[in-house]
Amino acid sequence: MTIATVFLAAVAAVIVWWLAHQQLLSKPWLEVGHAYDRRREPMPPAKIGLAVFLAVVGSLFSLAISAYFMRMASSDWGQLPLPGLLWINTGILALGSVALHAAKLESQRRHDEATRTILLAALATGLAFLTGQVLAWRALTAAGYFLAGNPANSFFYMLTGMHGLHIVGGLFALGRLTARAWSVPLDRRMRLSIELCAIYWHFMLLVWLVLFGLFSGWAGNVVDFCRQLLT
Amino acid sequence: MVDVRSGIGEALPPPEVEDVELYHPHSWWTRYVFSQDAKVIAIQYGTTATAIGMVALALSWLIRLQLGFPGTFELIDADAYYQFITMHGMIMVIYLLTALFLGGFGNYLIPLMVGARDMVFPYANMLSYWIYLLAVLVLVASFFAPGGPTGAGWTLYPPQAVLSGTPGGKDWGIILMLSSLIIFIIGFTMGGLNYVVTVLQGRARGMTLMRMPLTVWGIFTATVMALLAFPALFVACVMMLFDRLLGTSFFMPAIIEMGEQLQYGGGSPILFQHLFWFFGHPEVYIVALPAFGIVSDLISTHARKNIFGYRMMVWAIVIIGGLSFIVWAHHMYVSGMNPYFGFFFATTTLIIAVPTAIKVYNWVLTLWRGNIHLTLPMLFALAFIVTFVNGGLTGLFLGNVVVDVPLSDTMFVVAHFHMVMGVAPIMVIFGAIYHWYPKITGRMLNEVLGHIHFWVTFIGAYAIFFPMHYVGLVGVPRRYYELGETTFVPESVHDLNAFITVAALIVGAAQIVFLFNLAWSLRHGREAGGNPWRATTLEWQTPETPPPHGNWGKELPVVYRWAYDYSVPGAPEDFIPQNHPTPGRLSHEGAS
Repeated sequence: MTIATVFLAAVAAVIVWWLAHQQLLSKPWLEVGHAYDRRREPMPPAKIGLAVFLAVVGSLFSLAISAYFMRMASSDWGQLPLPGLLWINTGILALGSVALHAAKLESQRRHDEATRTILLAALATGLAFLTGQVLAWRALTAAGYFLAGNPANSFFYMLTGMHGLHIVGGLFALGRLTARAWSVPLDRRMRLSIELCAIYWHFMLLVWLVLFGLFSGWAGNVVDFCRQLLT
Repeated sequence: MVDVRSGIGEALPPPEVEDVELYHPHSWWTRYVFSQDAKVIAIQYGTTATAIGMVALALSWLIRLQLGFPGTFELIDADAYYQFITMHGMIMVIYLLTALFLGGFGNYLIPLMVGARDMVFPYANMLSYWIYLLAVLVLVASFFAPGGPTGAGWTLYPPQAVLSGTPGGKDWGIILMLSSLIIFIIGFTMGGLNYVVTVLQGRARGMTLMRMPLTVWGIFTATVMALLAFPALFVACVMMLFDRLLGTSFFMPAIIEMGEQLQYGGGSPILFQHLFWFFGHPEVYIVALPAFGIVSDLISTHARKNIFGYRMMVWAIVIIGGLSFIVWAHHMYVSGMNPYFGFFFATTTLIIAVPTAIKVYNWVLTLWRGNIHLTLPMLFALAFIVTFVNGGLTGLFLGNVVVDVPLSDTMFVVAHFHMVMGVAPIMVIFGAIYHWYPKITGRMLNEVLGHIHFWVTFIGAYAIFFPMHYVGLVGVPRRYYELGETTFVPESVHDLNAFITVAALIVGAAQIVFLFNLAWSLRHGREAGGNPWRATTLEWQTPETPPPHGNWGKELPVVYRWAYDYSVPGAPEDFIPQNHPTPGRLSHEGAS
């Protein structure tokens, strides 16, 4: 459970940092009167909501990865040859992330036309990524690596499935946003939505990179290396 | 960066909370059924949780009938008994306590107490309830599925949970249970995001974090914990569903069932225990922290005295929340883990007693020389303190490895956790309902019925769980359908078991009095007025009672003081509402 604990420690650090700015040492019983916030522009609730949600998603994946390492320790663990297609998928997902970042910048510069085109492109990369993942699954099953064959396979299918479902959810939001962007002029709320989609995509790319590292064995090597440093 | 300025005459700073565009219901359906108003959602959560809780209560009766009078009732065979204990435990912990504290009280109280019009994402909030209802229905469906509900014990340990020896293991039971939990977690996450972001972003002007009532602090911290801990249960449920349905071996070791080698192999049941308790221990505090918060407010209001050590109370809530994530393996002392781990987890477990004890001291010191009104909420609050101390002390026993090993899986453990996370939080829930019912409905609950309910429940709970500690110390194991001929169990244990059963039946019946009171007072209760307890917090200052959609009428409240200005020297009344601008105290320069 080390990975999960480390992740939660990171979340705890953020919480402590935030609490440290909340005047927890104040003496509210002595302080009668106006209290006001000196922040110039309060963060939109949706952005904070997304941040909290990403913490939940991060917790989910870090726990699953913890389970991966614990299960890995048993003797029946096999190796899963990763199809080369996954490299292309990684590229496509990264492309989507870049595209959404560009969409965010373009929307802030009020380039509505460009934003719309880029949003459409991002949507296409998302669909392409999902298709690629399904093709990778099919390649693996065709090669005889079935879900229940080995715990390594089980984890591969479960984790890629979980990640894929999160992408599906993201695509749903992105699809709605794109459809809306093509029908009405962009306003403040939509620019915020584009930014949120971009953040979500960056996060999902990060999760995917971690998972990819995990499946290819690098993550295991890194963990071993850290262990050696500690002992 | 929050700045508090004394002085009243200044011009009001610009609002830091933008007035939200409220969703307005257009029909009866969107007003009362598919409502996005947090107050309606709270009542929906509360009613659903109470309804499914009554099922769990009835199950506990059946469990006790078997334990008190073994073999008398043909309806209760061994399989049925295991199904009853499993469903009783799971329903009470997840579908009643978690849903009622966070979904029920959280939804009702957070927007009102922080001075918001509603939750920040009302649509997700509505979805959260309907998904919760779906989870409950899936759970209930398992009672009618072929093979009945799962009988794996509420901890659902594999491998037995998915084998044919366990009721529901090879039928629908375990599948529906795991699916229901997954659905519950999805629904909870939607609600939880709302509770957290509303506290962060929806607070009224002047409501700094350190001016929030402890109820909000408790629910807020518990929600953050739940958001981070429930994923562990989610992952565990998904993996076990894979094992059960798709033949993977995440948790399943090589196993022979009925003389037949199963296709499983190499899985780790201990891995499930780690995941389960990584959620399971924070869950104890997910239930306890809202109770801590609410009880602080009840005590302060009904003793007409400010809460002792407010800052310490806030810090203790946060510290308990953090520590509760590094104690999970104290549920696994007998799982064969490395003794050094046992030592580590025993230490963290005992450390968590420190902030918890601070809270108990502060409650008692708040009562000290307070003007104690023995109203029903106060009675329940007092009952909570004693019960929590009792349950907490046996927790110190069980937290130590050497004491826990012989007591593990005995009725002592059952008595301990029922005291500390069963009876104690339920006492707070009752107290809170007696306290806030006048705000929710505009009428007071009947006092006579309330007193009957309180005394029977309080004394009855002790009649049930005190003897159970003894039964456990003698060595009677938990989860046994019947004891049979056992030499180490003296005759007195059987008599005690019969006594406990009678007490449990009576306490259960007293809850029907309570439900009757809730229904009866709705029409016949005394008119409450806006602020019957003369309380300071914002929810009592709404222009109308019950608060309408949007809570505050035209203008949002502005907060000028903390939530505990009771019996302030020199003030005309013994309480000063949080949104009251005049300086109520003589002057703190003179006092300090």
